[in-house]
Amino acid sequence: MHEMSLALNIIELAEQAARDANATSITAIEIDVGEIAGVMLDALEFSLSVATRSTLAEEAKLTLHLIPGSAKCKDCGRTFHLSERWAVCPLCGGLSFDILAGKELTIKSIDIE
Amino acid sequence: MCDTCGCGDPESLVTIRKPGENESIMDHNRGCDDHRHEEKHAEEATHCHCHEHEGEHGHGHNHHNDHHHDHDHQHQNHHGHEHPHEHLHDHDHDHDHDHAHSQGQSRTITLEQNVLLKNNLLAERNRGYFVAKNLFVLNLVSSPGSGKTTLLERTITDLKSDQMISVIEGDQQTLQDANRIDATGAPVVQINTGTGCHLDADMIQRAIKELNPPDGSLVCIENVGNLVCPALFDLGEAHKVVIISVTEGDDKPIKYPNMFAESDVCIINKIDLLPYVDFDVERCVTYARQVNRDLKFFQISAKTGDGLKDWYQWLKTEAGTSV
Ligand SMILES: Nc1nc2c(ncn2[C@@H]2O[C@H](COP(=O)(O)OP(=O)(O)O)[C@@H](O)[C@H]2O)c(=O)[nH]1
Ligand SMILES: [Mg+2]
Ligand SMILES: [Zn+2]
Repeated sequence: MHEMSLALNIIELAEQAARDANATSITAIEIDVGEIAGVMLDALEFSLSVATRSTLAEEAKLTLHLIPGSAKCKDCGRTFHLSERWAVCPLCGGLSFDILAGKELTIKSIDIE
Repeated sequence: MCDTCGCGDPESLVTIRKPGENESIMDHNRGCDDHRHEEKHAEEATHCHCHEHEGEHGHGHNHHNDHHHDHDHQHQNHHGHEHPHEHLHDHDHDHDHDHAHSQGQSRTITLEQNVLLKNNLLAERNRGYFVAKNLFVLNLVSSPGSGKTTLLERTITDLKSDQMISVIEGDQQTLQDANRIDATGAPVVQINTGTGCHLDADMIQRAIKELNPPDGSLVCIENVGNLVCPALFDLGEAHKVVIISVTEGDDKPIKYPNMFAESDVCIINKIDLLPYVDFDVERCVTYARQVNRDLKFFQISAKTGDGLKDWYQWLKTEAGTSV
């Protein structure tokens, strides 16, 4: 499952940043996950709980923010909520749109000591 | 076995080898680095969330039995995936360790870093290598059994006289597909991902060196059969080619939208079977276009050869221009 690879990447990035700052532990990690990023939150949470074992982040509080998808219709110019990668504009039925948000897969910040 | 850390479970290792080689050739040449650990730890999660068990995703955390952290999981709104739009949805893991975190001064570091940064950077490195060697590289993705290997066998054989093709095979286990490609006479390297369900840029970097394809040739990567995970991992390829066969559901493009959104080409295979199945090609194309307006389609039968001419033409044109 790719969530495990992602979790390992997240912990690696967090540990790297913590070491660069001469920290001895990571107490919190905040992560943004877009609604249409192709990641299952459950699976990512579970993977993170495994991936943090025996790392600086072993006891970190993990916060996952789900970022809602949003898109701007190319036909009518209005913005709508995008819960799937595929959609029609609910306002005009338009098929083409620019994705404004929802693809995030970002490690926002860590707390260290 | 790895001397340093003992993480030697063979099933959990990524191996890279050629047909005829029993022992993996690249197993431990990187030493006991974090990659090895990744594979090892990934193994602990024995179930996979990402294969195509439709409708089986509603699990809670309770069946993760090897998950012996005593975390106090407080999942408020755990099933918010169905209605996540109304609110930002914080999944707070309140790890209930009563440790004295308090004495150190806690600081916050802002990272704002893409989680896939490492893979993306390695993929860009691969891309640079491919450009330098004039290689045209395709990443073939599909569910298991859609016909990736059959299409490769056929393409290699039919284009033998005018297009040099070599192959990187990805599979969790076995040399099966590599042996099939080997039988066509094309150079091939097999990556076995063990428990991993996708190829990543690092594996490709290692495999391409082993394959050592001649400058200016075409390289096809057959990814692990899976429509979910490979969508996220850029390998440095020129195009992802997604293959769907008519024995599958014609609504797959909207069930696995990320893969169809990430691909440039969609091959609809096994059209020889259309008279016997309910698959509606038009509907499939419509769904796929909803996800990706620019997707290019080929309808083929890798078995009878139907429709392959256009595919070969595309290959030659693309390989010619981008190489
Ligand atoms: N009828 C028919 N069968 C096909 C076609 N292409 C592949 N197959 C069969 O589908 C099965 C899976 O093919 P394979 O190439 O191994 O799929 P892969 O897992 O995507 O590599 C094999 O039994 C093939 O013979 C086709 O165009 N028509
Ligand atoms: Mg195959
Ligand atoms: Zn609109």
